[in-house]
Amino acid sequence: MADGKNMSETAEEQATELKRTALHDRHVELGARMVEFAGHSMPVLYETGPIEEHHITRRSVGIFDIDHMGQVAVGGPDAVAFLEHIVTSNIAELGEHQSRYGLMLHEHGGVVDDVFVYRLDDHYMVVINADNRDKDIAHMRHHAAPFDVTLEDLSEETYMLAVQGPRAIELLDKLTEHDIDGIERFSSARVELIGVPMVVGRTGYTGEDGVELYFGDQHAHRVWNALLDAGTEHDIEVAPIGLAARDSLRFEPGFALYGHEISDNINPLEARLAWAIDFDKDFVGKAALLAHRDRGVGRKLVTFVLTDKGVPREGYPVLNQDGEEIGVVVTGMYAPTVDAYAGNAVVEAAYAATDTPIQIEIRNKPKAAVVVKRPLYRPAYR
Amino acid sequence: MELDENAKYAQTHEWARVEDELVVVGISDHAQDSMSDIVYVELPEVGDSMEQGEEFGVVESAKAVSDVYMPVSGEIVDVNTTLDASPELVNSSPYGDGWMIKIRPSDPSQLDGLLAPEDYRAHVDAG
Repeated sequence: MADGKNMSETAEEQATELKRTALHDRHVELGARMVEFAGHSMPVLYETGPIEEHHITRRSVGIFDIDHMGQVAVGGPDAVAFLEHIVTSNIAELGEHQSRYGLMLHEHGGVVDDVFVYRLDDHYMVVINADNRDKDIAHMRHHAAPFDVTLEDLSEETYMLAVQGPRAIELLDKLTEHDIDGIERFSSARVELIGVPMVVGRTGYTGEDGVELYFGDQHAHRVWNALLDAGTEHDIEVAPIGLAARDSLRFEPGFALYGHEISDNINPLEARLAWAIDFDKDFVGKAALLAHRDRGVGRKLVTFVLTDKGVPREGYPVLNQDGEEIGVVVTGMYAPTVDAYAGNAVVEAAYAATDTPIQIEIRNKPKAAVVVKRPLYRPAYR
Repeated sequence: MELDENAKYAQTHEWARVEDELVVVGISDHAQDSMSDIVYVELPEVGDSMEQGEEFGVVESAKAVSDVYMPVSGEIVDVNTTLDASPELVNSSPYGDGWMIKIRPSDPSQLDGLLAPEDYRAHVDAG
């Protein structure tokens, strides 16, 4: 991983100029509108438009440039013990090539980041959010001191693409001899795709079947174009997907987005992520969570649907029937598959039950909404 | 960018077209294209009266919220309620089925101050 000096230089570069992924110009060529996201210039939408991009991913295949995401390799004799210590989910029980979602917590229980941990051949790979990269690495280094581990930030040399949708596996099968469908959900394999060696993880952030690909930066154009071309050649509908549709695709099946459903100040019990926590082991932040649990969780994440018309947006106040403020919207949008104006909010626990009527204040006008059962969209593979 | 040759344009990207002594208003093809998929249009009540330049509604896309402004002063005599269920009409037919309001203008001479199609194109091209 980068030493302290390189890290601060990186931060300076980010402050003055947005980072571009290897595919930047290709996105522009494909009609993308580029926006700043986590210090990177990323496609927010393509000419297709975010609603159709969303539908294409649900019905066929979407491909996503997510190279802004970071990867940290964790190795050494204490790798498992270290990851058990800093990640909330059970890492020890991961078999070779298995992977799992988890959280890294502050001692006070707030979320440092949500991560995906891959057990590879002889080391682990922790996939982290772009925005949190420096914070995560500092956190990992801080807690690594008592352990015999190596940490290596592979974010720069590792390219990351997601291929998602009901026909994603079929599409990948056109580009490799490897039995992609033989990779179980939450497992990975080393695969050669069009001759490019990569790690293929059967996971994703859309609620659809699919994979995430990790390979050398220099192959980004070849892999990206091969995926698009294979779609054309084999009559499989494939489209590049921007961040706007990535957000609606992850929202409907109820996946958290750091900085929204979880943050330094929203703990996993409030965010209903208890399923990602193994309370039978020790981990950083456990004591705070247990204390919080005993005290009672005062506020909770809910999903709501507007019964009036209007688009809820992050930061809008949530009101009870009497017009008193009881929380705040953390994600809001028009959700294409469920065809509803919907969102997530963190509200006082008394208002968290399904069917509770609430109001969302949109431009100073209260709009009727109701707390609904999560998730809005049941993942296709579940 | 498509233009309606029979309409005049505000610098803020609304179009205004005279039909039967009323002024029909929507947003330009350029405006809908820069917003991409429109998911919600908030419109005023029929009977409201507003001044030129006053905000009469809000257009929301996946990632943007934009105010829309009265190209001329007057009374709102009709609003396109089909946009409630089908806001995407603003994308597919910005000068047709995607119209937003009809105004009974209080000062029709204000139309003369709006941009002719070719002038609006120049305005857009100039960024």
